[in-house]
Amino acid sequence: MRYLPLTPADRIAMLAKIGADTVDDLFIDVPEAARLAGPIEGLPAHASEMAVERHMSALAAKNVSAGSAPFFLGAGAYRHHVPASVDHLIQRGEFLTAYTPYQPEIAQGTLQVLFEFQTQVARLFGTDIANASMYDGSTACWEAILMAARVTRKGRSVLSGGLHPHYGEVVRTMAKFTQDDIVSLPPKMVAEADDAAVIAAIDDKTSCVVVQYPDVMGRIPDLAAIAEAAHAKGALLVAVVTEPVALGLIEAPGVLGADIVVGEGQSIGVGLQFGGPYLGLFGCREKFVRQMPGRLCGETVDVEGKRGFVLTLSTREQHIRREKATSNICTNSGLCALAFSIHLTLLGGEGLARLAGTNHARAQATFERLTRIPGVSLMNDAYFNEATLILPRDAREVVRELAERKVLGGVSLGRLFPQGEGLRNGLLVAATETTTDEDIEAFALELEAVLEGASA
Amino acid sequence: MSDINAGGWRPSMGEAGDAKFTTFSGDYGLMLEEALSFELGSADKCGVDLDPADRAPVAGLNKFLRKAAPGLPGLTEPETVRHYTRLSRQNYAIDLGPFPLGSCTMKHNPRLNEKMARLPGFADVHPMQPQKTIEGALEVIEQLADWLITLTGMASVAMSPKAGAHGELCGLLCIRAALDARGEKRDVVLVPESAHGTNPATAAFAGFKVESIPATPEGRVDVAALKAKLGPNVAGVMITNPNTCGLFEPEMKEIGDAVHAAGGYVYCDGANFNAIVGKVRPGDLGVDAMHINLHKTFSTPHGGGGPGAGPVVLSEALAPFAPLPFVTRGADGAIHLVEEENASEGHAQAFGRMVAFHGQMGMFTRALTYILSHGADGLRQVAEDAVLNANYVLRSCEDLLPAPFADSGPCMHEALFSDAGLAEGFSTLDIAKGLIDEGFHPMTVYFPLVVKGAMLVEPTETESKAGLDRFIGSLRSLAQRAKAGDQSLHSAPHFAPRRRLDETLAARKPVLVWKGEPGIPGTPSLSEIGGS
Repeated sequence: MRYLPLTPADRIAMLAKIGADTVDDLFIDVPEAARLAGPIEGLPAHASEMAVERHMSALAAKNVSAGSAPFFLGAGAYRHHVPASVDHLIQRGEFLTAYTPYQPEIAQGTLQVLFEFQTQVARLFGTDIANASMYDGSTACWEAILMAARVTRKGRSVLSGGLHPHYGEVVRTMAKFTQDDIVSLPPKMVAEADDAAVIAAIDDKTSCVVVQYPDVMGRIPDLAAIAEAAHAKGALLVAVVTEPVALGLIEAPGVLGADIVVGEGQSIGVGLQFGGPYLGLFGCREKFVRQMPGRLCGETVDVEGKRGFVLTLSTREQHIRREKATSNICTNSGLCALAFSIHLTLLGGEGLARLAGTNHARAQATFERLTRIPGVSLMNDAYFNEATLILPRDAREVVRELAERKVLGGVSLGRLFPQGEGLRNGLLVAATETTTDEDIEAFALELEAVLEGASA
Repeated sequence: MSDINAGGWRPSMGEAGDAKFTTFSGDYGLMLEEALSFELGSADKCGVDLDPADRAPVAGLNKFLRKAAPGLPGLTEPETVRHYTRLSRQNYAIDLGPFPLGSCTMKHNPRLNEKMARLPGFADVHPMQPQKTIEGALEVIEQLADWLITLTGMASVAMSPKAGAHGELCGLLCIRAALDARGEKRDVVLVPESAHGTNPATAAFAGFKVESIPATPEGRVDVAALKAKLGPNVAGVMITNPNTCGLFEPEMKEIGDAVHAAGGYVYCDGANFNAIVGKVRPGDLGVDAMHINLHKTFSTPHGGGGPGAGPVVLSEALAPFAPLPFVTRGADGAIHLVEEENASEGHAQAFGRMVAFHGQMGMFTRALTYILSHGADGLRQVAEDAVLNANYVLRSCEDLLPAPFADSGPCMHEALFSDAGLAEGFSTLDIAKGLIDEGFHPMTVYFPLVVKGAMLVEPTETESKAGLDRFIGSLRSLAQRAKAGDQSLHSAPHFAPRRRLDETLAARKPVLVWKGEPGIPGTPSLSEIGGS
């Protein structure tokens, strides 16, 4: 077995040192009835690297990868080009195979990366500070709601109808068990985000309003107006960013008055990976720092006065506070944070702005072409790299038919909101810098053919 | 410039070198210092070639546009590669040597796993593609699920939790949902005092009250005390087995029977599954839910703190409540993805959703690769070698470092020592920092809380005997120095990239983001060094 270094002779010598006859003597505390006599039946035995590679490659070949077809999906996960150096660097064994940096003297590499990451996220979001990452955007969103309740000592949260429905489901699932009061506004297929409805739903008991920016249908809510209304009632604004590349082009939520900004960092450096592992981003005002969930890396000095970094403020955390911790979270998304940080370092602020501009331009080209198809119109007034098309029929079927024609043509609102009234003809379409003119043309031709087929 | 580092990056000579001079650069041979990317980079640099956008923003976007690009310095590719490569050298890692953190299972991360996870058919697939275009991905989830169910002897598995603590939460919410379905309000969860901190934190996070169960002098759950607490308000217990003292809980089945008889459920913390994989099935011991840390037992990389992955195996009683999305193989043999859209057709009691998409797919491909490489026979050998290695460390050091439960018999996959018997003023911290100077990562220290100055050593099965002998030699040497009162241990580490860091200062005046000026601090100008 290529991964097990002990030889039979080693095992004999070690058992002798221990004073045991066989290795089973080391399992004597397991009740005899529960001890398995041999390998579990019905399962295969070990396999060579070549055999496993063959098996896994065959499974991978059953999927249609985004790069192998015209691809227009978004809805909280975006396909961007990741520079080759990013994936090379995260595979440095010193990063890949290190543990949480609890021994800071020999973990300055990870710790300095986390400090740089926190600074990057805070600057991108326009917040004072940021943490060292959460599991993903949806869990960061729920943690933000809990934190807002701790800060305001209130427990009613208003979710915009433009919040990603899976994020909403995560929040409602958790709130069921914690008894928090969640008001979910309905999604509507109209040109503007539901700012007015959000503002109208804020009352004196409200701890926070949760607004996605850009929202799940690609619209851009007016965060400044919502922040003002929330603050007037003593509530916090939680902004949710599922496509951080957008912040190269549109204003940072923190600058517009958001008190907590959370997001999904996947689109910078991490890749699609069928939904995970992803990267929860979490930034907020500095005065809330002791109510934050998750790990924080802070600057300090060693006994010689050299600058160094440590995990800090851990009295908020489960391994110290146990049941009184701000969260039960233990891991973060360290390696994804590293990938995000490397990619953003390669881009810099100017590069991110140019990347965002290109994304928006590719989306414009996509929507200009697709709306020339009879019966297809664009719902949004404003959008970044994703918007909602209104089709003449149920978009769920259209997506499936497009897939049969080798086009991955977006995400239907019907799949996102199975209970949503009046949303069935909505198709969420995203374009990025990876979208070519040929992709757009292929999508347009096949969409036209699918829609003609319906009317025929 | 931050208050606590007024002088900026300050190269200085450690005790590591014999040189009697300081270098101009602040580096010493292969001991390389590295400034922050914010100090190195500048706004006019970029490591990605991007053309400017070929059209102006749509009119509707104008009022939302940024006033200025985000203040993020860029670096070109060569500078970026060098920055992160230099930083990487300040980390200890499994690839460099043993990483014997108890309860963390820092085993070798096979590189085939990395290669498989990067196949475009896995890495470049969107979570919301039509089902016909992701059949291979669903098959990976289903095959891994099948292995986890079979290895644990359980009825079902919820795959989506993102980490161990998230899996604990999933298990407790399944218990919550099952109680709700029975129309019962039980609000207490019993947690042994030796448990990982995540256990009580999770129970509180899920809305339960936590009551603590003491440990016996032999390092096991006090079963009598546990039974005395059972009653109509107890939703369940959270037991770690093998436990954090490195011992198997022999009365697990009896505990389970008592909890079930009282109407509660048994949650098992599966952090230590590596000790028993292929040897014992938790399902045979009355467990209702157990998370499996794929990043421990199944070798997915820890990555400096994550991402983890924490699927939860479930008993018949809890299986119907597993969260969405859910992958299942139908009677027709076909694999189905169950989401909100179609949950009513066969998974109607799901308690909800825990994550945006399908969980840690990138970790599923790695874990399945690991499992297929080992097979049923190899996984059993993993547990045997892990337990053998731990007992070898235990018996090789117990004459110098007290092993509080060694008289109870063999340990499982981790050996527990205490710092009793060291010279006055010496403690576990000195041993741990001394190990750094010896070229090892320290063991888990001061955990479990039930042992004074605990040192929990988990070698894992991927350490060779020769490697263990070196580690044992270092540990024995340190124990002897600490017993002899060797003062140099108090200032260890002497040979690491940093000496002991001021954690009090970091917490008292938190500096969590960089607020300084660009440019490498501490670098003299040319005029200062006699240049023109």
